[in-house]
Amino acid sequence: MGETIVDIHNLNKTYPDGTVALKNISMKAEKGEFIVIIGPSGAGKSTFLRSINRLSEPTSGEILFMGKDIVKAGKKELRTLRRNIGMIFQGFNLVKRLPTVRNVLHGKLGYMSSLKGAFGLFDQDQVEEALGILKRVGLEEQAFKRADELSGGQQQRVAIARAINQSPQLILADEPIASLDPNSSRVVMDYLKKACREEGFTTFVNLHQVDFAKEYADRIIGIKDGEIYFDGSGDDLTDEVIEALYSKEKEAVAG
Amino acid sequence: MKQSKMAKIEKKKFRNTLYAVLAFAFFIFSMLQLNIVPERLIQSADRLAYVFGGMFPPVLNEPLDVFGAAVESIQVAILGTIIGVIVSFVLAVFAARNLAPSKTLSFAIKSFAGFVRAVPALIWALLFIVAVGLGPTPGILALAINSIGMLVKVYAEALEEIDMGVVEALESAGASKLHVIMQGVIPSMLSAFIAWSLFRLDVNIRYSAILGVVGAGGIGWELVKAAQMSRYDEALMVTMVIFLMVMSAEVISEFMKKRANSATAQAVK
Repeated sequence: MGETIVDIHNLNKTYPDGTVALKNISMKAEKGEFIVIIGPSGAGKSTFLRSINRLSEPTSGEILFMGKDIVKAGKKELRTLRRNIGMIFQGFNLVKRLPTVRNVLHGKLGYMSSLKGAFGLFDQDQVEEALGILKRVGLEEQAFKRADELSGGQQQRVAIARAINQSPQLILADEPIASLDPNSSRVVMDYLKKACREEGFTTFVNLHQVDFAKEYADRIIGIKDGEIYFDGSGDDLTDEVIEALYSKEKEAVAG
Repeated sequence: MKQSKMAKIEKKKFRNTLYAVLAFAFFIFSMLQLNIVPERLIQSADRLAYVFGGMFPPVLNEPLDVFGAAVESIQVAILGTIIGVIVSFVLAVFAARNLAPSKTLSFAIKSFAGFVRAVPALIWALLFIVAVGLGPTPGILALAINSIGMLVKVYAEALEEIDMGVVEALESAGASKLHVIMQGVIPSMLSAFIAWSLFRLDVNIRYSAILGVVGAGGIGWELVKAAQMSRYDEALMVTMVIFLMVMSAEVISEFMKKRANSATAQAVK
């Protein structure tokens, strides 16, 4: 048993319009675990990931990370915690007009002073480190191309490189392959898994492809209607469980 | 059903005719009210011919004064634009709905810009002449504040169009607000920013030629001087200099726009 990286207690999220997105979610994640979260659309997968780094403010609960409660962190403390959490998005979210390597360097902003970071005064070591990471995701050739000249799969690998450059303890990937073709999806998942193994960070990945989940995950969490419905290994995730997870509530129909 | 549709079309036709008649009546009324009668127009032809006759050939009695004034106009325009651009960008960050810390602040800044925009540059110049005296300073201030009225609006709109995903990505990596704006937001809207700023420089060069008329520095004053002394040949020459000034400004800003686009395409290393 490894050390616990994230410890979540009774996490709740209700949107201002009254929609309940997360209901009393409690879970722990260990160092180096590659956790895939599955569940039907609108079940709260995305809200769950975004609550962990507070891109979406939780309504109540506790998220212990590096011994601190993220939910209660002040502005400055939140910045420090966030730089240890990399995030990967469905839409890549790179600065399209800037070169690839500059986008990777953005992963270091959390460690830089206001002025240095604002003017992008990255030092030589940082640039070399960024180029090294780009090499690891197989993009050394594209380092000085504009980000929007790259294909979707390549852009997502740049986003992974940016996250690795944060030297994170935890990576949150919100539907990282939802807008990619099957081949690029596989390449992106391979690099993500490899980085997780090499760097030893914990990874949460939201996916809607169950087959990918079974193939890559150390552990699968199924979320349904804002609650954890399943938590176990890929082998425990039987067809019956999958069907139940993705089925709509039948009581209403049965009356 | 069909009948009511026909009736509707008929009604619309009638309304349009009514509007046309009213517009024509107003036109005639204005002509009479403003005393624009054919005989006056015909009479004016003589004097117009005299003025035009006096314009040729255009002369330049004091070339140093005129060119000095032209350079001053350009300086007024450039300084006014620079001040306007800087202040506008800062205000626009707080006015753009997606970046503003509060909706009230955003609304307040946008309303302020709207008000400033509604007051013409010439009025601002007159106000600043009262405040700081004659010369180029009120001209610079007038152009700066007039630029703010427009630039805050267009910058804020450009900022509102950026991909918020970039902002989220940098924030989630622990970047500060300033980092996000300088490293994520500005590169995303740079081409719009440059295009609007150069466009505004263009507009300001045009305005700066006029501002001299009320005594806010620059070449406009030379035009007024020549006209008041009935030196129409000089007035024409000054007008030609203004034309040249504005044309070359347009050519240069067009060139800079192209260069800026290719430069941002390569972006920073």
